[in-house]
Amino acid sequence: MFTRRLLMAIAVSAVFAGSAFAQDKSILVASTTSTQDSGLFGHLLPMFKAKTGIDVKVVAQGTGQAIDTGRRGDADVLFVHAKAAEEKFLSEGFGVKRYPVMYNDFVLVGPKSDPAGIKGSKDIVAAFKALKEKGIDFISRGDKSGTHQAELNLWKVAGIDIATDKGPWYKEIGQGMGAALNTAAASNAYVLTDRATWLSFKNKGDLVIEVEGDKRLFNQYGVMLVNPAKHPNVKKEFGQQFIDWLVSTEGQKAIADFKINGEQLFYPNASDPGA
Amino acid sequence: MPGDVSALQLVLTGDPALLAIVRLSLIVSLSAVVLAALIGIPFGAALALIQFPGRQAVIVVLNALMGLPPVVVGLAVFLALSRAGPLGSWGLLFTPKAMIIAQTVLVAPIIAALTRQTIEDLWLEYRDELTAMNVGPVGRVATLIWDARFSLVTALLAGFGRAAAEVGAIIIVGGNIDGFTRTMTTAIALETSKGDLPLAVGLGMVLIVIVIAVNALAWTARRAGERMAG
Repeated sequence: MFTRRLLMAIAVSAVFAGSAFAQDKSILVASTTSTQDSGLFGHLLPMFKAKTGIDVKVVAQGTGQAIDTGRRGDADVLFVHAKAAEEKFLSEGFGVKRYPVMYNDFVLVGPKSDPAGIKGSKDIVAAFKALKEKGIDFISRGDKSGTHQAELNLWKVAGIDIATDKGPWYKEIGQGMGAALNTAAASNAYVLTDRATWLSFKNKGDLVIEVEGDKRLFNQYGVMLVNPAKHPNVKKEFGQQFIDWLVSTEGQKAIADFKINGEQLFYPNASDPGA
Repeated sequence: MPGDVSALQLVLTGDPALLAIVRLSLIVSLSAVVLAALIGIPFGAALALIQFPGRQAVIVVLNALMGLPPVVVGLAVFLALSRAGPLGSWGLLFTPKAMIIAQTVLVAPIIAALTRQTIEDLWLEYRDELTAMNVGPVGRVATLIWDARFSLVTALLAGFGRAAAEVGAIIIVGGNIDGFTRTMTTAIALETSKGDLPLAVGLGMVLIVIVIAVNALAWTARRAGERMAG
């Protein structure tokens, strides 16, 4: 009885291992919560599938984690938003080439009562300085995501060394954008968010946009194929087909067409080589 | 899934996306319970009956493993199955199979520990008889498992409860991929992060109803089995 069960367990694991070699027409894309939660992928992927027959499986992570997933060879394509981290990934040889795809922007949201007195400003750096000086509650992603890296960069531009200057007002939650917005809504705090997640977020409570429109709030998305030379399991043809489609006229139009309540969420800019 | 309709409504109207999520949840958790039972029941029974040095320590460790944090198990299985890990060539990361493996690791100690206790209690009753009949160790394990089979249903249900309720392990190894590795619990986590709290609560209620239904089914089967066994 013992041995029979043992044999069964071994047989089951053999089935597990065996099926791994069945090559299916799908790719795994590690991306960010903003592209998934906003519904962009729900809009794009059916079109791509209809055209190519390729299933795109999306794992939505923070950009830092998504890049790590690519580095480990667990994804075929990365679709993320932290240019410096993406270029580092390329220079380490883990990616083949980075293609700019689209952009949107970050916004600073906070309570309607605006205790920091920054509402309507277009100067994000002045707003960050005010938050620090007045010690007003601020929620940081704290998870190495693209948004977190953008936030850290803004503190640096404001001349604030947040690692040493943070007080009890600065709360790092180490979670995704949605969790950060939920926390801010529940505790009347300020938080930096990408506009797409903000627009599609459903539990805004008392939160409103306080600061927007500053050039420094620009948020660029890029796409990269994980280097098949480093990870031979990468499905390079299907992955490259997905990238080619995203930056094609058709893919770019599909991105521009994606709207929530009539508002466009992402702006295609694959033709801008510097992006 | 649009947020303005309740999750219960989606179930009642047979929303295919939600039904697929429910189906995957059941497949993953039930498969994990079956695999964990195949490992845990013989292991627990053997531990109850076979004396060896260090047995007490093994029992303490096994009982402690019932409290394994799902997120730690998830991370360990992730590292093992990642392309950069020892089992990377299997290509199982971000698949339902990876989720079954993680939940099996979580559930097996629960089933083994509860089996060990059940069989040990039963052994006190049967000891004289089995000793007199001169039954060997393998025969003892088999006899006691068979006679404890109705009590062991509770161990299986405890394991299923653990599997159906956890999110920490499967969200790491499954990746919460829409239409592929999204389960009830990972969908609840996702809807919460999207701020769609009513839908998250609705999905939570659906999950609780399903867990109750599985338990009711197991209870009925156990009663019917007991009657048939006399």
